[in-house]
Amino acid sequence: MSSHRTASGGLIDRGHSLRFSFDGESMTGQAGDTLASALIANGVKLVGRSFKYHRPRGIFTAGSEEPNALVELRSGGRREPNTRATTIELFDGLEATSQNRWPSLKHDFLSINQLASPIFVAGFYYKTFMWPAKLWESFYEPMIRRAAGLGRAAETADPDHYEKAWAHCDVVIAGSGPAGLTAALAAGRAGARVILCEEDFVLGGRLNADGGEIDGKPAREWVAAAEAELRGMPDVRIMTRTTLTGVFDGGVYSALERVNDHVAVPPEHQPRQRLWRIVAKRAVVAAGALERPIAFSGNDTPGVMLASAVRTYVNRFAALPAKRLVLFTNNDDGWKTVDAVLSAGGQVAAVVDARPAVSDAHRALAGKGQFAILHGGIVDVSGGAGGVRRVKAALTGGAVAEVEADGVAVSGGWNPAVGLTSYHRGRPAWREDIAAFVPGALPPGMIVAGSANGAFSLGACLREGFAAGSQAAADAGHGAAAGNVPAAADEPYSLAPMWHVKGKHKAFVDFQNDVTVSDVALAQREGFESVEHLKRYTTLGMATDQGKTSNVVGLAVMAELTGKGIAETGTTIYRPPYVPTAIGALAGHHRDENFHSVRLPHSHHWAEEQGAVFVDTGLWKRAQWYPKKGEKDWLESVTREVKAVRSGVGFCDVSTLGKIDVRGPDAGAFLDRVYINTFSTLGVGKARYGIMLREDGIVYDDGTTSRLAEDHYFLTTTTAKAGLVMQHLEFCRQVLFPELDVQLATVTDQWAQFSIAGPKTRDLLRELVDPSEDLSNEGFPFMAAREVLLRGGLKARLFRISFSGEMAFEISVPGRYGDAMARNLMIAGKAFGVTPYGTEALGVMRIEKGHVAGPELNGTTTAGDLGLGKMMSTKKDYIGRAMAGREALVAPDRQVVVGVKPVDKGRRLRSGAHLLPKDASPSPQTDQGYVTSVCYSPMLEQWIGLGLVARGRERHGEIVTAYDPLRSETYEVELCDNVFYDPEGGRQRG
Amino acid sequence: MRINCPFCGPRENGEFTYLGDAKPVRPEGGAGEEAFYDYVYLRDNVAGEMSEWWYHGGGCRSWLKAVRNTVTHEFLSVEAAPGAGGKAVQK
Repeated sequence: MSSHRTASGGLIDRGHSLRFSFDGESMTGQAGDTLASALIANGVKLVGRSFKYHRPRGIFTAGSEEPNALVELRSGGRREPNTRATTIELFDGLEATSQNRWPSLKHDFLSINQLASPIFVAGFYYKTFMWPAKLWESFYEPMIRRAAGLGRAAETADPDHYEKAWAHCDVVIAGSGPAGLTAALAAGRAGARVILCEEDFVLGGRLNADGGEIDGKPAREWVAAAEAELRGMPDVRIMTRTTLTGVFDGGVYSALERVNDHVAVPPEHQPRQRLWRIVAKRAVVAAGALERPIAFSGNDTPGVMLASAVRTYVNRFAALPAKRLVLFTNNDDGWKTVDAVLSAGGQVAAVVDARPAVSDAHRALAGKGQFAILHGGIVDVSGGAGGVRRVKAALTGGAVAEVEADGVAVSGGWNPAVGLTSYHRGRPAWREDIAAFVPGALPPGMIVAGSANGAFSLGACLREGFAAGSQAAADAGHGAAAGNVPAAADEPYSLAPMWHVKGKHKAFVDFQNDVTVSDVALAQREGFESVEHLKRYTTLGMATDQGKTSNVVGLAVMAELTGKGIAETGTTIYRPPYVPTAIGALAGHHRDENFHSVRLPHSHHWAEEQGAVFVDTGLWKRAQWYPKKGEKDWLESVTREVKAVRSGVGFCDVSTLGKIDVRGPDAGAFLDRVYINTFSTLGVGKARYGIMLREDGIVYDDGTTSRLAEDHYFLTTTTAKAGLVMQHLEFCRQVLFPELDVQLATVTDQWAQFSIAGPKTRDLLRELVDPSEDLSNEGFPFMAAREVLLRGGLKARLFRISFSGEMAFEISVPGRYGDAMARNLMIAGKAFGVTPYGTEALGVMRIEKGHVAGPELNGTTTAGDLGLGKMMSTKKDYIGRAMAGREALVAPDRQVVVGVKPVDKGRRLRSGAHLLPKDASPSPQTDQGYVTSVCYSPMLEQWIGLGLVARGRERHGEIVTAYDPLRSETYEVELCDNVFYDPEGGRQRG
Repeated sequence: MRINCPFCGPRENGEFTYLGDAKPVRPEGGAGEEAFYDYVYLRDNVAGEMSEWWYHGGGCRSWLKAVRNTVTHEFLSVEAAPGAGGKAVQK
């Protein structure tokens, strides 16, 4: 057994040794240890260096409130910085490394910061690094970051995975101490569905450290019986290693489950951590209380520890933090530590009690342990990195006593853990009798019980817990809880508030952020008296521990300095999460390729086989182009695809366009109200291009809508707006025009749709379509749309519409035939040299034809700007009509769509270039618009583009200056008509 | 936050999309620019109970009119839009 391990007792498994290393040194602990308890058992005192001054620090607490003992856990991609040694369950092979020191923990170069400490006071950064400002990025910030630091994040991706899950219950309980366990028993016996969350890996809370008797039995026996009873209830779920971290609206709680933090590597298919969202009708917060220190000179010396933590290490972990201990307390609870240490064979050097008198029982204990009771306070601790050596106390009469010791236990009283109770901005209230803040206005559905509520005695915890559990179950609709309230003693607390003792050296309030009593005093002198200012000026409570051990002490010191009471001084409140939470847990599975869902057109796998290059379009993956062997770049592939379409035939999957079925007797009337043009007059078997506006008169979306039957339209949207248009149309139908008899259904995924374009389109289609179907110009004219029979008997929808400007059809088949359709188009088209084309070629052809798309439908353009003003009906009301007529939206100097081409035919155009009058110098005043879309046109054999330019339509033929500040380019372009290719449109009608 | 959809029951707020104030009523077509200006742009900045449009896009696709306290986030009532029930209604 290790040097500081007691011979017997504790909840550790002495038969099960675990090897671990700290800073490369091999050590042994036992199953049931935390890293902190194992280090203590091995006699380790120094575990870290502080954030600002690089002061040597030891273990201060035994729980998640730990401010000092932060280590890097594991190595490689699993390295986790700033992990609290007090919450790490020991496992075999655990590797931990101290942080924020160089070259080693014992010899830290930057501990010279301590010598300069008179200048590193509160507000130091605000005051010092103000000038010259340009040095911030290059010098001050890197220097501060190197000097003031915590651990290092892993440099490779985390190999483990994390999960998110939902759970539902009647009552969720935070904490399994005496109050939490009785709450669970009461609620469970009443028949409620209960989730009991315990941060620790065993149930019992402080009972594991403090023992005591419940119903005449030793506390640990009672805990075991309670656990057995709860595990026998089918509707009670016990979740250990799980911290309730947040309280959200509507009875939603978050909890972090450390599923596999207690093993080196999670078993296959298991996550490291799981983030729960728990929906509960009621919550019982039995999160306990946190002991608070008293600030004194040298109180951060390794070996100074909270009194309750000393008891935890001795009683639960059988590890003696000190062989000769001084206790400094202002209350009876601290005295329990004396009992614990003496029983475990340790020595007590002295008890320094801030109160003028102690009870007979305590005096008897002093006789038994042969130590002095000193009434006063500790004024200095010496020892440095090696740990506590001497303790100096000033006595009430003025005398000074010095004792030799290797540890100090300190208790300034207890603060209820009010974190969870204040997440809805309920301000904790000051209770004078226990000198502590207790929960104020609670979130709806929450009940607080036990020491979290300021009821510190064991008897009170059991009573409040049972009552809270019964109440919560009843509120959730269950009957009364069976059984009696377990009974235990109500031991006295009798606290005399004391927050700090004057001394010569630094007395720390916030250990993690290195905030001292004198920093608080400085803040007060400089006018930062409000608790919110105090916090931000000194960084008190702003570290990862959220000031769990420091906030109340800090504001109490401030209250003393200002002469206002603590109640009037008030407290800052807390935000979730209650404990630091890894980003991985918040992300869950949403990382890498699972960051968002992916939508694949039905022809995707076929396109992959073709070697297509894909582009992300929203959630969709679309084929961008299909490179062929020997092609040197994308431009060569795209140019080939365009030429193939314009001279022969090609096809493109256009299934990503949004597709909406509109049905009902009022379908036409409905579309008349959402489009600027008229659809009720569209003949059955016809398609029409339509534009929708927003109610403010700006263009929202465009697309082709076909009338398949008297009461059935098939509407298409752009790929980008598919979901939003559906939402908009549902709003129109359900909210604006509920009197219309019309129904909508989204059918985007139900149909696979291909555009087939080029002069040989009909030849190809005749191979696929049943010979009974007339595809001639007379039998299937431009803008016709109807169902056709395919060879083999499948029915498809055929639309004679064209985006490319070529003779074109779009064919639509049920989604499950999409892959087969792509393959059959290749087979049927082989004789005609069919060429699959991607979104790039699609884009090139639409620019050649001057069609507007996303870059022009940019949320600022009107139908008139796009050259489509004539489509705006004057005979009906429609969404956006009234506002589209506003003066500024019809002003003659608006920027409208034009074509642009470079004066130097060999020049490449770039979208985004601003357009100015010829030879004007660029400025906001001379800016007249910009280039929206560009492409290399294989037909014109030069770069062309579309732009939005003031009065553009009147200026065709004018030479203007294009100015591209991103690429530092200035060149001349000619404004022209936006239709570059086949302006008469003969090709698509032929 | 949970929203009690009249069709689907209480569901997580991530399934819903918020639109905003449900008080403004779209004017009749001929009402003119000023009436539409009010409808499109003018909103009360309510601290307290406010009726709002929410869309259950991750569920039944119904538009819902909810009364919510903007200070506490408590939902006081949730009802379906007039046309959400599936039948045309008399205006």
